[in-house]
Amino acid sequence: MDQKILLPSRKVFSDTLFELAKEDRDIIVLTSDSRGSASVENFAKYLPEQFIDVGIAEQNLVSIASGLASCGKKPFIFSPACFLTTRSIEQIKIDIAYTGRNVKLIGVSGGVSYGPLGSTHHALEDIAFMRAIPNMTVILPSDVNQIRILVKKLVSYIGPVYVRIGRNPIENVYSNEDVPFEIGKGNILLDGEDVTIIATGEVVKTAYNTGVLLGYKGIYARVIDMHTIKPIDEEIIFESAKKTKLIVTVEEHNIRGGLGSAVAEVITRRFPVKVVMLGIPDEFSITGSQKEILRYYGIVPENICDIILEGLRRG
Amino acid sequence: MERDVEYLKDKAKDIRRTIVRMIYQAKSGHIGGSLSSVEILVTLYYRILRIDPKNPDWPDRDRFILSKGHSVEGYYAILADLGFIDREELETYCKFNSRLTGHPTVKIPGVEANTGSLGHGLSIGVGMALAGKVDNRDYKVYVLMGDGEQAEGSIWEAGMSASHYRLDNLVGIVDRNRLQIGGPTESVMSLEDLSDKWKAFGWSVIEVNGHDIKELINVFENTPITRNKPTLIIAHTIKGRGVSFIENKAEWHHKVPTEEEFARIMEELA
Ligand SMILES: [Mg+2]
Repeated sequence: MDQKILLPSRKVFSDTLFELAKEDRDIIVLTSDSRGSASVENFAKYLPEQFIDVGIAEQNLVSIASGLASCGKKPFIFSPACFLTTRSIEQIKIDIAYTGRNVKLIGVSGGVSYGPLGSTHHALEDIAFMRAIPNMTVILPSDVNQIRILVKKLVSYIGPVYVRIGRNPIENVYSNEDVPFEIGKGNILLDGEDVTIIATGEVVKTAYNTGVLLGYKGIYARVIDMHTIKPIDEEIIFESAKKTKLIVTVEEHNIRGGLGSAVAEVITRRFPVKVVMLGIPDEFSITGSQKEILRYYGIVPENICDIILEGLRRG
Repeated sequence: MERDVEYLKDKAKDIRRTIVRMIYQAKSGHIGGSLSSVEILVTLYYRILRIDPKNPDWPDRDRFILSKGHSVEGYYAILADLGFIDREELETYCKFNSRLTGHPTVKIPGVEANTGSLGHGLSIGVGMALAGKVDNRDYKVYVLMGDGEQAEGSIWEAGMSASHYRLDNLVGIVDRNRLQIGGPTESVMSLEDLSDKWKAFGWSVIEVNGHDIKELINVFENTPITRNKPTLIIAHTIKGRGVSFIENKAEWHHKVPTEEEFARIMEELA
């Protein structure tokens, strides 16, 4: 695929929202000196009435959005996922979720997409944190086509949502915007009966490529894009557990508390089968580019393929 | 709701008695800070705030946020007295499955924010004040903070942003009773010079006797003190105000009176 035509998801997110915000004056974008990293300069320049920069103050950022939402505004907060979900977690818990305010929290440059900047800038616990908060919806879109639909849905969806997006251009999972997308409903990208691979966010493409690779070897994988981690699509997990002997989860997150855990919570209750959880181990991760880090921890199709073949051999 | 000073003084007495009764019945609550903020609340709710108990979501209403969410008994007592909730509901305070929890939530008509964790209210107020400016509405936003609460860093984030955005529709009030749960504020974490701190953050600051209703009315009626600047009122108060053996005692931050003490308190507040 031609790398030059790929757009960073944060840019697509912001541009899509910008078009909607021109028509809907209640949409307000808030940042914590992150207009550049969130690609929201358009708002600052052309819709200044709908743009609030609070400076480097993530706690204030979230509470202000709560106050705006209580007055009927539709705040979208853009801040690096690492800071947004940890520095201001209590404001998210109380002022957004507990109070029940219609605020969209967009964690940009999530996972290890800030790569070489180190663990201060990695967000590998955000799913665990956010999904432990009642009332919170947690979404990790997998490509820009999905993001275009997601943004439109978010504007009309009322309630707190955390969305994690990345930083770097990524390959598309979907070929166009006509892909089905419903909050809380996983998408089946490939269907097979030997193994189920469930992935979320920017590593969905890796899961898809793994499924293709397995196909060459005569192993047929069901590959699911679990873009919504909370509320999780229980039925698709239950159905997959019944159908395949093995479930493998793939995520750009600490293996504790993220997608794998969310899937395992459903499996253990409804239809116990073996679950292999792949992600970043419970450690402050090695640094390098996002690609290098994911490769180092084995989040690449070849390695996942080997793990699945081994898992199926052992039964 | 233009009530005179005598009316408000009587109201303050009523509210004090209700506060103590609620705490005594529930065996839970924050008596010291609730008694120190009575005149502030009474002046706001019976004289200053543009509100309609029958229409608590009225878009043009003034907003009040109890950032020191633990001083909740007087707040509930007033909301009940004004008809936001039924008076009988006060009996459920802190009881199983009551919405009148030990810290307020928006489940209760008239409550604007869930508070209880300190240092959130002013930022929420900044958001409401910003919305008012964007929408060209002339409501005001009042946020009552504790003095111990001033140690929260987020307060100063909010302070900075309020002056940056020239929120002269925002009024912060500090219940300056000089005590917090662990003792005098100046020994736990010194705040002084508090007035200079707020001035340095771009606010217009005024100090008042927080138990003098006349003074309070005068200050509230004249905000903003400076155009384009948020107003900060340092209300000098006495923690436990109104009960001789509770006044100025840090241990009465959240002590529940015994039967004997309850009788003595009610006698003093009669
Ligand atoms: Mg105090």
